[in-house]
Amino acid sequence: MILIGELSLWVALLMAAWSATVSYAGGALRRNDLVSSGVRGLYATFAMILLASVGLWTALLTKDFSLEYVASHISANMPAVYIFTAFWSGQAGSMLFWALILSMYGTIAIATSRSRNRELVPWATGTISAILLFFIATTCFKANPFVRLDFLPVDGRGMNPQLQNPGMAIHPPNLYLGYVATAIPFAFAIAALFSRRLDAEWLGVVRRWTLLSWFFLTIGIILGMWWAYVELGWGGYWAWDPVENSSFLPWLTNTAFLHSIMIQEKRGMLRKWNVVLVVVSFLLAIFGTFITRSGVIESVHSFAQSPVGTWFATFFFLATGITIYLVGTRLQDLEAKVELESMVSREAAFLYNNLVLVGIAFAVLWGTVFPILSEWATGNKITVGPPFFNTVNVPLGLLLLALTGIGPLIAWRRASVSNLKRQFAAPAAFGVVVAAVLFALGMHAVYALVAYALCGFVTGTIVQEFYKGVRARQTIHEESLIPAFVHLVGRNRRRYGGYIVHAGIVMLFAAFAGLAFKTENDVTLKTGETFDVRDPYGHQWRFISQGVSTSNRPDRDVIAVGLEMFRDGKRLGIITSEKRQYLDSQHQTLFQPITQVGIRSTAQLDTYVVLAGVRGNDVAELRVTFNPLVVWVWIGGFVMMIGGLIVMWPQAERRPAQAGYAATIRTPRAEAELPVGV
Amino acid sequence: MKPRTKFLIGGALVLSVAGYLMASSIKDTGVYYMTPTELTAKLQADPSFVNAGVKVGARVVPGSVQRAAGGKEYAFRVTDGSHTFPVVYRGIAPDTFTDSVDVVVSGRMGTDGTFQATELLAKCASRYENAPQKYKETPGYKAGARRA
Repeated sequence: MILIGELSLWVALLMAAWSATVSYAGGALRRNDLVSSGVRGLYATFAMILLASVGLWTALLTKDFSLEYVASHISANMPAVYIFTAFWSGQAGSMLFWALILSMYGTIAIATSRSRNRELVPWATGTISAILLFFIATTCFKANPFVRLDFLPVDGRGMNPQLQNPGMAIHPPNLYLGYVATAIPFAFAIAALFSRRLDAEWLGVVRRWTLLSWFFLTIGIILGMWWAYVELGWGGYWAWDPVENSSFLPWLTNTAFLHSIMIQEKRGMLRKWNVVLVVVSFLLAIFGTFITRSGVIESVHSFAQSPVGTWFATFFFLATGITIYLVGTRLQDLEAKVELESMVSREAAFLYNNLVLVGIAFAVLWGTVFPILSEWATGNKITVGPPFFNTVNVPLGLLLLALTGIGPLIAWRRASVSNLKRQFAAPAAFGVVVAAVLFALGMHAVYALVAYALCGFVTGTIVQEFYKGVRARQTIHEESLIPAFVHLVGRNRRRYGGYIVHAGIVMLFAAFAGLAFKTENDVTLKTGETFDVRDPYGHQWRFISQGVSTSNRPDRDVIAVGLEMFRDGKRLGIITSEKRQYLDSQHQTLFQPITQVGIRSTAQLDTYVVLAGVRGNDVAELRVTFNPLVVWVWIGGFVMMIGGLIVMWPQAERRPAQAGYAATIRTPRAEAELPVGV
Repeated sequence: MKPRTKFLIGGALVLSVAGYLMASSIKDTGVYYMTPTELTAKLQADPSFVNAGVKVGARVVPGSVQRAAGGKEYAFRVTDGSHTFPVVYRGIAPDTFTDSVDVVVSGRMGTDGTFQATELLAKCASRYENAPQKYKETPGYKAGARRA
C-alpha cells in the first residue's frame, strides 16, 4: 500500500500536468473533447492523491519507521489519534495534505458547476490543475513524505507533547481547508478573465467557495488562539507573529469580498474590486505559506526551513504576474454600470467596510514584511511588534465595528432621515447607555469605553432586527415565538446568519477590549505562604501555596504546585500548574519540559497560573494573571461558526438569481427591507 | 459635490490617518534586528548606540546558562560564531529556552558590555520538525536531505 501510494503520487503529477495542458488548450481552441479529457484528468488526479494519502496514512498507522517521515514524527507509544494527525504535522505530509484538499475541492467545484458554467469550466479546470501541478511537484521533488531511511530505527522520535492536544489536532487542517479553498474562487476569477465572461455567472461559485474558505479560516484561527492560550503559558492568545498574521490576511480579504459581493449582486458596482479581492485572497494564502515555510521572516513558529520557500516565491510571482496581466487587459469589461448615489447609503457603508478591512490587511502585511523591506531600503533590519499592530488596528477595528452596526440597516442608494431615525435611534441610545454605565462603574480607558459603546450599539441593531422580524412573522403567520424565530432565520439564511456572525464579532471585540484590563503578578511562594491581590473588577483574591509535589508517570516526570484560591474570603478550590518532562520508553527525555497552565474560567474573568520554576523543595516561582473576558473569544468564535454554517446551509428552494440590477427600479424605502447576508 | 468624490475624500482621510499611525508607530516602536556581529560593528561606529533598543538573534553558548539563586534571573552568553557577549534576563523564560537554542533577545547593550534583555524568545529548530541528530548523521538521512 505504501509503495502504491508513492507511485500514485508520481502518477498524480503526470495527471495534473495533462489536465492543465489539455484544459487550457480546450478552452483556447474551443474543443470539447479536450475539455472533457482535462476534467477527467482532474478527477484522476484526485483519485491518485487520495491513494497516495492512504499510502502515507498506512505507513503511519502500521508504524513503518523505515520511512523518514514516519520515524521523525511519531513514536510507537503515541495515541492512535495523534498518529493519524501526524499526517499533516510535518512539512512533507502537509504539502501532500494541501494537494489532497485542493484536488478534492477542485473535483467538487468542477463537478457541481460543469453544467451551469460551461464557458468557465475549461479555464477553471486548467487553473486548478496548474496549482495542483505546483503542489504535487513540490511534494515529489522537494518534500517527499515517502523518502526512506537506509536503516530501520526501533522507534520514532514522537510528536512534541505541546502538539498532542485536541486543538492542535484540528487547527492545522482547518487552516489548510481555509487556505486551499481560496484557490477555487481564484481559478474561477481567472477563468472569467480568460473567457471574458465577467457578468454575474461566475459570482455564485466564487461566493460559495469564499464563504467556505472564510468559515474554515475562522475556525482555524480561533483554535490556534485557544491552543496558544492553554498550551504555551504566556497568558495571551494573539502575538502578531508573522505566522498568525499570514492566516489573518486572507481572512480579512475574504471578509471584505463577502461584503462587497453584495454590492455587485444588488447594484452592479465594484466589479474590478471584487476580482482583485478574490485574486488577492489566494495570493495572500500562497504568500503566507511562503513566509512561514521559507524562514525569511523571524517567527517563533519555526517550521522546518527548506527549499520549498524558493518554489513558493517563484509560484507567487508567476501567479501575480499573470493576474496583473489578465486584469489589466480586461479593464473595459469590468466597468461598473452604476455610480454611487449618496454617502448616506448602504453602498457607501459597505465601501468603507471594504476600505477598512483592506486597510487592516495592508497594515498587517506591512508590519509583517517590514523587516525585509527595511533591510532592502536601508540595510538595517527593523522589526515591529504588537505596539505597531495595536496602534494601527485598534482605531481601524473600532471603525469597522461601527460599520458592522450601520451597514446592514441603512437603506440602499440613499437613506432618508426617517430611515436613519427608525433604524438607529434605539441602538445608538443603547450604546451610549452602556458606555455611561461602565464609566460610572469606574472604567476610564477611552478606547475600551468606545469599544463597549460600539458593542452595545451593534448588539442593539442585531436585537432590533431579530425583534422586528419575529414580530412581523408573529402577526402575519400567527406563529408563536420559537417557530417564528426558526422560520425567520431559516427563510433568510444569508441575512440572519450574517447577523449571528456579527454577534460573534461583537463578542470578540468585547473580549479584545478586556485585554486593556489584564494584570500580571510575578510571585514567589513557599509552602503555606499567601499572596493577596485585587483583580481588575476590584475583588480581593488570596492564593495559599499548598506546596510543590513531584511525581513520576510512565511517560513523564511532573513537578506540580497547587494554590488554594479565595475570592472575597470565599474558597474557590485549588488551581494547579505543572512542569512536565516527557520521557520515552527508555526514560530518555523527549523535547524540552513543558508547562501545564492552571486556568479557572468564568464569563467575567480567567485566573491563569503558570509555574515558572521551582527552587529547593518547596519554593515556587509563579506568574498569576487576571485575564478579563477571555472566554468570550472562544464563545464569539463558536457563534461565528454557527452563523457561518447557517449562511452556507444549502437553500432548499432556489430563489431567482439575486444578481442583476432589479434594485435600480425599486424605491429606497422598499430596498431597506431587502434581505442582506454576511 | 458628487457622492463618488465625497467617498474618495472620506476614504483618503481614513487611509491617511492609518498611514500616519503606521509611520509614527514604526518610528516609535520599531527596533533594529541584528546579529551580534552587526551590533558590535554598530557600537564601534557609533558609541551612543548603547541607548538604542535592539533585538538580537543569536545562539545560546552551550553550558553558559546560569539561573540566579533569586529565581527568575538568567545569565548566559550568546554567539553568532564570530562575536559573543553576555546577556542578563529577568523574567520567566519560555519552556523552549535551553542550551544551544536560537534566541531573540530584546533590550539594550549596557556600557559594561552585558546585554540587558527585557524579552527573551526561544526558537527551537526541532519544535515542529523533529528530525533527531542521530538520524541526521546517517547516510540515509543525508541522501534524503539532499533530495529534499
